[in-house]
Amino acid sequence: MKVRSEQELAEVLAGANAPVRIQGGGTRDIGGPVSGEVLEVGICGVELYEPEALTLVARAGTPLAEIEAVLAGEGQRLAFEPMDHRVLLGTKGEPTIGGVIAANVSGPRRILAGAARDFALGARFVDGSGRVIKNGGRVMKNVTGYDLVKLMAGSWGTLGVLTEVSLKVLAMPETEATLVARGKDAAEGIAALSAALGSPWDITGAAHLDPGVAGPESETRVRIEGLAASVDYRIGALQREICVGWEVFRDDDSVALWRQVRDVAPFADEPVVWRLSVKPSAAPEISEALGVVGLGHAALYDWGGGLIWIAPGPGHDDAGAQAIRAQIAAHGGHATLVKAPADLRARIDVFQPQTGAVAALSRGLKQQFDPRGILNPGLMG
Amino acid sequence: MQMPEPSVDVLSRKARIVDRLRVGLPAGAVIDDPIELKAYECDGLSAYRCPPMCAVLPSSTEEVSAVMRICHEEGVPVVPRGSGTSLSGGALPTADSVLLGVARLSRVLDVDYANRFIRVEAGRTNLSVTGAVEQDGFFYAPDPSSQLACAIAGNIAMNSGGAHCLKYGVTTNNLLGVTMVMADGEIVEIGGAHLDAGGLDLLGLVCGSEGQLGVVTEATLRILAKPEGARPVLVGFDSAEVAGQCVSDIIKAGIVPVAIEFMDRLTIRAAEAHVAAGYPDCEALLIIEVEGSEAEIDDQLVRIIAIARQHDPVEIRESGSAAESEKIWKGRKTAFGAMGQINDYMCLDGTIPVSQLPYVLRRIGEMGEDYGLQVGNVFHAGDGNMHPLILYDANKPGDLEKTEALGADILKLCVEVGGCLTGEHGVGVEKREIMTAQYGADDLEIQMQVKDVFDPQWLLNPAKVFPLEASAGRRM
Ligand SMILES: Cc1cc2nc3c(=O)[nH]c(=O)nc-3n(C[C@H](O)[C@H](O)[C@H](O)COP(=O)(O)OP(=O)(O)OC[C@H]3O[C@@H](n4cnc5c(N)ncnc54)[C@H](O)[C@@H]3O)c2cc1C
Repeated sequence: MKVRSEQELAEVLAGANAPVRIQGGGTRDIGGPVSGEVLEVGICGVELYEPEALTLVARAGTPLAEIEAVLAGEGQRLAFEPMDHRVLLGTKGEPTIGGVIAANVSGPRRILAGAARDFALGARFVDGSGRVIKNGGRVMKNVTGYDLVKLMAGSWGTLGVLTEVSLKVLAMPETEATLVARGKDAAEGIAALSAALGSPWDITGAAHLDPGVAGPESETRVRIEGLAASVDYRIGALQREICVGWEVFRDDDSVALWRQVRDVAPFADEPVVWRLSVKPSAAPEISEALGVVGLGHAALYDWGGGLIWIAPGPGHDDAGAQAIRAQIAAHGGHATLVKAPADLRARIDVFQPQTGAVAALSRGLKQQFDPRGILNPGLMG
Repeated sequence: MQMPEPSVDVLSRKARIVDRLRVGLPAGAVIDDPIELKAYECDGLSAYRCPPMCAVLPSSTEEVSAVMRICHEEGVPVVPRGSGTSLSGGALPTADSVLLGVARLSRVLDVDYANRFIRVEAGRTNLSVTGAVEQDGFFYAPDPSSQLACAIAGNIAMNSGGAHCLKYGVTTNNLLGVTMVMADGEIVEIGGAHLDAGGLDLLGLVCGSEGQLGVVTEATLRILAKPEGARPVLVGFDSAEVAGQCVSDIIKAGIVPVAIEFMDRLTIRAAEAHVAAGYPDCEALLIIEVEGSEAEIDDQLVRIIAIARQHDPVEIRESGSAAESEKIWKGRKTAFGAMGQINDYMCLDGTIPVSQLPYVLRRIGEMGEDYGLQVGNVFHAGDGNMHPLILYDANKPGDLEKTEALGADILKLCVEVGGCLTGEHGVGVEKREIMTAQYGADDLEIQMQVKDVFDPQWLLNPAKVFPLEASAGRRM
C-alpha cells in the first residue's frame, strides 16, 4: 500500500488493525524481519529551500537524489554525507530523505560535522495511533519543548512515520584532498588518525582499511575540505607534523576514496557485515581480540576508529554475534548486524540488546508512541 | 506568571522530609534555614521568586540517588539546579519542593585526548571544562555568554548555545553521554565515549528536557583542538535591513564564520556608554569572526569584506591585533550588562528564519512603540536566534505585566514567520503558557507522554515547560 499524503497516512494508521512495514525507498532492509503489509511513504516534494538560511524542508518520501540535485544547484549539500546502503546490501530503489533520517544514516564526515540527527531541525510524523505530530521547526536554534526530532532520528519507523523533515544544509567546499599512507597496522593507523583529529586542521574524514579491503596493503586516509588556499595550507601542515610522506589525492580522486568508505563498498560481496560504534582507541584491541577467539575477519575503520565495519567471513553459525557483543560489553559502544540473511536476523538481535533502565525507557516510549505495536514491530528488537 | 498552589500535604510533612534527607546525606548538605534558602529562591529570571521547602547539595551520584529515592517515597517535587543562571525560570522552586543543587559535583573524571572527550561531574562550570584542557590545546565548544557561571548540568538541561555555535553546534551536538538519576533514584548510563545511540536516541531526548526527565550528574563531552587563531571584523550599516542582507550574502557565498553577531542602535549606544568600545553610531552593527591560520583568516576576511562593501557600510574595521579583537568583542560581550545600566530588562530568545530578519526587526520596533516600551536587539544573526531586550522599570506598577505581554507578542511573531519561541534559554515558566502558539494539543500531549515514561508521578520540575492547565491532570 502506498500513501501519498499525511492525512491519508493518518487515516490508514488510525484504522490499521495489523502491523505494517514502513518503507521509503526500500533500500535499507535492515533490522529484525517485520511481518506485515508494506506501507510505502509516497509523500514527496521539496517544500521550502532557503539557501541563505541554510535550510531545506522536504516531505519524507522525497528521493535523496532530488534533494541533492536541488542543493547542488546552489552549491550546497547534506554535510552528514549519508551512506548509500544499496551498494552494501545490494538493494534496489531510490533512497528517500525520510529513510535517511529515520535510520540516522551518516557517513565519514560525521566525525567533524555531526550525524544526520544533528542536521534534523524539525519533523512531522504520524504516530501509531494516527495522531499527526510536529516537533522542532525550520530554524537552526530551537529548544522549545522536548527534542522529539532526535528521538525520531534512528528510531527506524518504530515510533512514528515521518512525513516531513527540516534540515540544516551547508555549502559545498571549494575543494577537497586526501592524504593516504600504506602498510600501517590498525593500531598505528588509528593512532595517526587520532593525532590528525586532535590537530586544529578540521579533518572531515579519517579511515583505516585493513590489508585486503581496498588493496593488498592497508590504507590510512585523512580528508580535508574547504577553500583552496586553506586546503593547501592544511595539507602542508599535516605532512609536516603528522602525515609525513603520505600521498596526496585531490578532487575527484579524493571523492572516490571516500565514496568507497561511505558505502562500505569493499564489503559489497560479503553475506554478513557488522557495524560497531566504539571508543576509537579501543578499535584495534577489539579487532585483535576477535581474531584471537577465532573470528577471522577483515575490518574497515571509519570515524578515526570509532566506527568499525566487520565482515566475519564464513564459518560462524551466529555470525560472530557472541564474540562481537562480548567485546562491546568489555569496551562500551554498540554493534548492529547491518547485513545478514533474513533467517539469521530473525535469530540474532540485530540492534544492540539493551538492559535495565535504558531498556525500560525504550519500551515505555514505544508504548506511548505506538500503543498497539503496529509500526515495524520487531525491527529494533 | 502563576505557579501552582504548594501541596498542603507535603508542607505538613516538612519536618519528617528534612529529617530523612539529613539522615541520607552528609552533614551540611541539607539547608532549611529561611535566610540561607534565599540564595535559591530564583534563577536569572529574577522577577519571579519563591524559596523552596529545603535545598540539598549532594556531592556524588549516589547521594543524588539517595535524595531522589526519599523524595520519590515522600511524593515531593524536586527542582534541579546547576548555577541558577537560567533566563526562563527553569530553576525556580515552588514552596513545596526540594531544590537539588549539583554545584558540589564539580570534578573532572577523565580527560582523553586520543579519543577527544572529557568526562566531568555535571555541576562543573562550562568555562572550567575548557579550563581543564586548554593547556593542551583543546576546548569545549558550546560557549554561552554565561559560561563563567553556568554549569554543564544546566547547559544540558537547556541545550544551551553560544556565540560560536554557527560552526560548532549547540550542547546536543557536543554531548556524548550522561549519567542520570531517575525520579525514583535509579542510576542510568546513556551514551559514552562512542558516537550515536545503539537504540533509541535517549541522549538527544534528555538534552533540552529542562530537568524534567532526570537529574544529570555526570557528562561525557566532545572536546576539539583549538583553532590556530581567530579574528573578527566589525561592519556598521545605515539600516538593519541591509545588515541582514549582508549576513545572507556571506552565508550564501559558502563562508562559515564561527560567529555573526548583530547589535542595533540602542544596544550600540548602551555598550558605548558602558565600556567605550569605539563602535560607530549607526543603525546596525555586525561582528563577524573567522578562524584558522593567519593566511586562512586573511583569505576569509578578504571575501567577507568584499561582500560587505557591496552593501554600503558606514564602517569596516578589521582587527589587526589581539587587543583590537578584544575591543571589538568587548561591547558585544557586555551588551546585556550595559542595557542593565539603563533600566531593568527582560531578555527574549526567539529564533526566526534569517530571511525574516528585516521584517521582524521592523515589527518589533513598531510593537514596542505601541506598548510604549523600548526594545534593544543584540543577537546571533547567523542562526536567527534573536535576543530582544525590553527595557522596563520594575518599581513602576504594571510595567512588568506590560513587558510580559509585549514579550509574548514578539515571540508569537517569531513563530508566525516560521521560527520558534526559544532558541537557547528554554521554556521554563516564562514561555510555558505560550507553548500553544507553537504546538497543537497533540504535539504537547506526546511530549507530556514522554515525561510520563521517565517520571510517572511528575515529581521532577513539574510546573515548567507545559501550560499549567495542560499538565494539571498529571501533576499531583
Ligand atoms: C548573562 C547571561 C547570559 C546568558 N547567555 C546565554 C547564552 O549565550 N546561551 C545560552 O544558551 N544561554 C545563556 N544564558 C542562560 C543560562 O546561562 C543557560 O540556560 C545555562 O545553561 C543555565 O545553566 P545553569 O547551570 O545556571 O542552570 P540553572 O539555571 O541552575 O538551571 C537551568 C535548568 O536546568 C535544570 N537543571 C539544572 N541542573 C540539572 C541537573 N543536574 N539535571 C537535570 N536538570 C538540571 C534546571 O532545573 C533548570 O530547568 C545566559 C544567562 C545569563 C544570566
